[in-house]
Amino acid sequence: MRFLLACLLALLCAAPLRAETAAEILSTNAALVEKASRQTISPVIDALGASGDPAAAQVLESWGNKGLGIRKSDGIFFLITANEGGYALRDLTGAAAGQAAKSDITELKPNAGVRGMIATALVQFTLSDPDATKRAAALDSIAKDPKPEALAPLRAAIPNEPDATLKAQKQRLERLLTLRFDPDSAARIQAINSFGADLGLDLRGALNPLLATTKLAAATPPTANIARELKPGRDLTESEAYDLLVSANLAPARLTIAAARTALIANLANGAVGGVPLADLNTQAARDRAYTALEAAGTVPQAATDDEAAAALKAHHFYDIYTEPDPAVTTAASAALKSIGHKVAAMQAADLALDGLSLASIYFLAAIGLAITFGVMGVINMAHGEFITMGAYTGYVVQLYVPNYTASILIALPLAFAVTFAAGVAMERLIIRHLYKRPLETLLATFGISIALQQILKNVFGTQARPLTSPAWLDGALSFNDVVSISYIRIAIFVLALLFLTFFLWLMKRTRLGLEVRAVTQNPTMAASMGINPDRINMLTFGLGSGIAGIAGVAIGLFAKVTSELGTDYIVQSFMTVVVGGVGNIWGALAGATMIGGLQKLIEFFNPSNTLAAQTYMILFIILFIQFRPRGIITLKGRAAGD
Amino acid sequence: MTRSFLTRTPSLLIFITCLAIFTIFVTLAAHTGLISTSFVKTLGKTLCLCLAALAMDLIWGYAGILSLGHMAFFALGGYMIGMWLMYARTEEIVVASLMNSGLPATPEEIQQGIASQIFGVVGASDLPTIWSFAHSLPLQLILVVALPGLLALIFGWLAFRSRVTGVYLSILTQAMTLALALYLFQNDSGLRGNNGLSGLQNLPGLDAVSQDSISLWFFWASAAALGLAYLTLSWIVSGKFGSVIRAIRDDEARVRFLGYSVEGYKLFVFTLTAVIVALAGALYYPQAGIINPAELAPIASIYLAVWVAIGGRGRLYGAVIGAAVVSLLSSWFTGGRAPSIPLGFMTINWVDWWQVLLGAAFVCVTLFAPKGIGGLFDHFAGLHSPDRKGAPLGPDQGSLQEKEAIE
Repeated sequence: MRFLLACLLALLCAAPLRAETAAEILSTNAALVEKASRQTISPVIDALGASGDPAAAQVLESWGNKGLGIRKSDGIFFLITANEGGYALRDLTGAAAGQAAKSDITELKPNAGVRGMIATALVQFTLSDPDATKRAAALDSIAKDPKPEALAPLRAAIPNEPDATLKAQKQRLERLLTLRFDPDSAARIQAINSFGADLGLDLRGALNPLLATTKLAAATPPTANIARELKPGRDLTESEAYDLLVSANLAPARLTIAAARTALIANLANGAVGGVPLADLNTQAARDRAYTALEAAGTVPQAATDDEAAAALKAHHFYDIYTEPDPAVTTAASAALKSIGHKVAAMQAADLALDGLSLASIYFLAAIGLAITFGVMGVINMAHGEFITMGAYTGYVVQLYVPNYTASILIALPLAFAVTFAAGVAMERLIIRHLYKRPLETLLATFGISIALQQILKNVFGTQARPLTSPAWLDGALSFNDVVSISYIRIAIFVLALLFLTFFLWLMKRTRLGLEVRAVTQNPTMAASMGINPDRINMLTFGLGSGIAGIAGVAIGLFAKVTSELGTDYIVQSFMTVVVGGVGNIWGALAGATMIGGLQKLIEFFNPSNTLAAQTYMILFIILFIQFRPRGIITLKGRAAGD
Repeated sequence: MTRSFLTRTPSLLIFITCLAIFTIFVTLAAHTGLISTSFVKTLGKTLCLCLAALAMDLIWGYAGILSLGHMAFFALGGYMIGMWLMYARTEEIVVASLMNSGLPATPEEIQQGIASQIFGVVGASDLPTIWSFAHSLPLQLILVVALPGLLALIFGWLAFRSRVTGVYLSILTQAMTLALALYLFQNDSGLRGNNGLSGLQNLPGLDAVSQDSISLWFFWASAAALGLAYLTLSWIVSGKFGSVIRAIRDDEARVRFLGYSVEGYKLFVFTLTAVIVALAGALYYPQAGIINPAELAPIASIYLAVWVAIGGRGRLYGAVIGAAVVSLLSSWFTGGRAPSIPLGFMTINWVDWWQVLLGAAFVCVTLFAPKGIGGLFDHFAGLHSPDRKGAPLGPDQGSLQEKEAIE
């Protein structure tokens, strides 16, 4: 510690300060310290910081925490701690110095401004604190609120940093501070260039203020760091340009309609203003005439007409001026930001692709059940959305009884499958069986089920959103850098979607059931004559599709709020996915989900504030897409296509 | 032997007579104070819904196209008339308030005042371009017909041209109404976002007239529109055109091979019904007083199909009966006036359980009574379904079932 402070001292004592002990400094400046104010105290605090006295840190800290006092009798400073009898005293090196009555001691109460300065001065001590967490905290506080004063202590604290990570952090922060605050222009440019195309938000946060500009109007080019010249009408509107002139006192204010009104009303006399009768003042032209008459009479101030305003605009130039005076620095900063911009754009594209992929897997999960019932069986199930909701509510109910989130999700997934499988089979047996070959009637009947189910769920679970909490290991996000990141929940959903794709392919291509399903899909009569029971197959297929909807419900419930309308939000998108992808094919559903998910994210990227507009354009695009591929992206060929 | 129009459509005279009697009865009851103004409005709105259902029956029951997006045209019609109502009403208020401000108002000031009155709620103060015609009633009335008609024409042309049929078309129309609803939900769509248009029940220039009289006028207008539409549609479906669209419903391919332009017929029916529905909407929303994008939600259009199915599709009076019965029952049950049923372990409170009842009833109608309520009339008239051993009338998805048809 002593050695570190000595180093500090060596570095900092370029300032012409004689090394003194903390006690000496305080007693020399006793009057200043006692009535400390923001304006006057800074030499004292600086001197304390630079003193090299090992007690200085303790003194400063106590001062900031109202733990410093003066004995009234002889004006000596003590570290004080309040107790029953008054104050326990310690001298400035920390050794106990007895007890004093409350009335003998003046407690120093620095105001908020002074406390802030003390805290800044303390940074140099904490930067070299033996405790690594304190050092990290000090670094954070500098990074959050970068100040020129922090540069010197930071540089001093680098060489003796034992921790490699912290050392790297310190060096990075030192360069960030250098590029903003170093008095030497070459050092700043070197610091800027040392980063290259670094993606860190802190770097962009440090570079952007260097390029801050203000608009300026002038008749001749000013002697300042000019970013660019602005042309009224192209870079800024003419009224903005004129406002600049007015605020720089280069032109008189233009007459606003409201101001003209007020002036006219104020000069109303005998039912007329400036010779124009009041009743005629219902057009702008008549009002202008009246105002001109008043101007001529001298009762109202001259205001610029449009011609004068145009001439004034022509006579002046408008500039964007960098607040940073050094042109070399601004050039380097804008070059650095440009190359960062290119890299950020590439990374954003990658991030967008990840987002699109995760949305696609959600749509795929929601649509895969529908692809089975609609695609394979030709049955439209409007209640599919309610099956998704039922799955999510199953997860919620399981969490009511199983408090361990990991276990509850593992239980909820198969249970949701079982619940919706049963519901699907019941629906198929009771209703859909009677309506094969009547897809429009099926659509309407399942819609009846849908509104009934939705209302029943609402009656049972209430209208407010129910929580379905994901296990802790799914919290947070996997971030590659400051731009590209993806939350673990979305990765989990992506994995789940992949699992289902594999499961479905295995089921359809490798099992007896899949073989029979494909046979019934292609030709039910022939399948029946081969000894397959089409009724049973249809029932199982429908149950399977519904069961997968239940599992999708659990997955969606993990990140969306679980209400009785959860499924409704996904049903139209699911239909779109199946229709766009192509009916009767799992790869079609996959392609449809990828296209819809990717496209929606892409449109949202161009207009991020407005997800509603994104969905609108999405649907318009799909309507047009259907024009060109009415049977979807992947179409069945041959007899199985049905036409 | 050609039969006259009236003998071919025996239901027409009965329907018109019933409607006339009903209108006279309601008028008398309203004058004597037997039914309240709000109930007159409910009845007027119901007549508009019946009109929309009539159009739905033409396109679904007769042409076999299950459109799940017709309520979009209904709402568009409402929006178009609502724009004029809101503009003119706001203009009155703005002019009155500018009167007291010292100077007579200029046209620009009035315009500015109206814009900030109407759009202050979505944080804008300029009148969007789509409001350019809102100052004029005739222009906006033309838009009531032209805008939904044009939308239906373009959408129908795109859809029918690429031979989108059956459930695909249903889903596509559903997507259309969803897209429109999402668009209107935006604050910068120029139609006040999810605030919608409000205060439509106050007719501009008619402050002196009481809401009692206005509600009766609208009731009469709705009844007249319904009667007129019924007459027109009966005439359309009873002629050769009706035969062709019924044939398209049951076997589209055969009609095409017979040389008819199937797409042309479909497009005409789609656009015509869109226009009728838009007119119904233009009559409905001044009585409802408020319109917002939720009215375009896909579910509203599916309800339209539900009404037609419950009333009995493929017969015009069925659609009217279905719409009237279901929407009146719905407002009775959800209005909280229906008595709750205690079951011991729980109480059936109809506000919560009406939807369940409706859904179940609807499933039952689809499964067991494809003719819907209209089947009762056949039963009393001694009409029977053909015995085709369960086969539908044609191979197409929209074709009538054996049990729906009349021999």
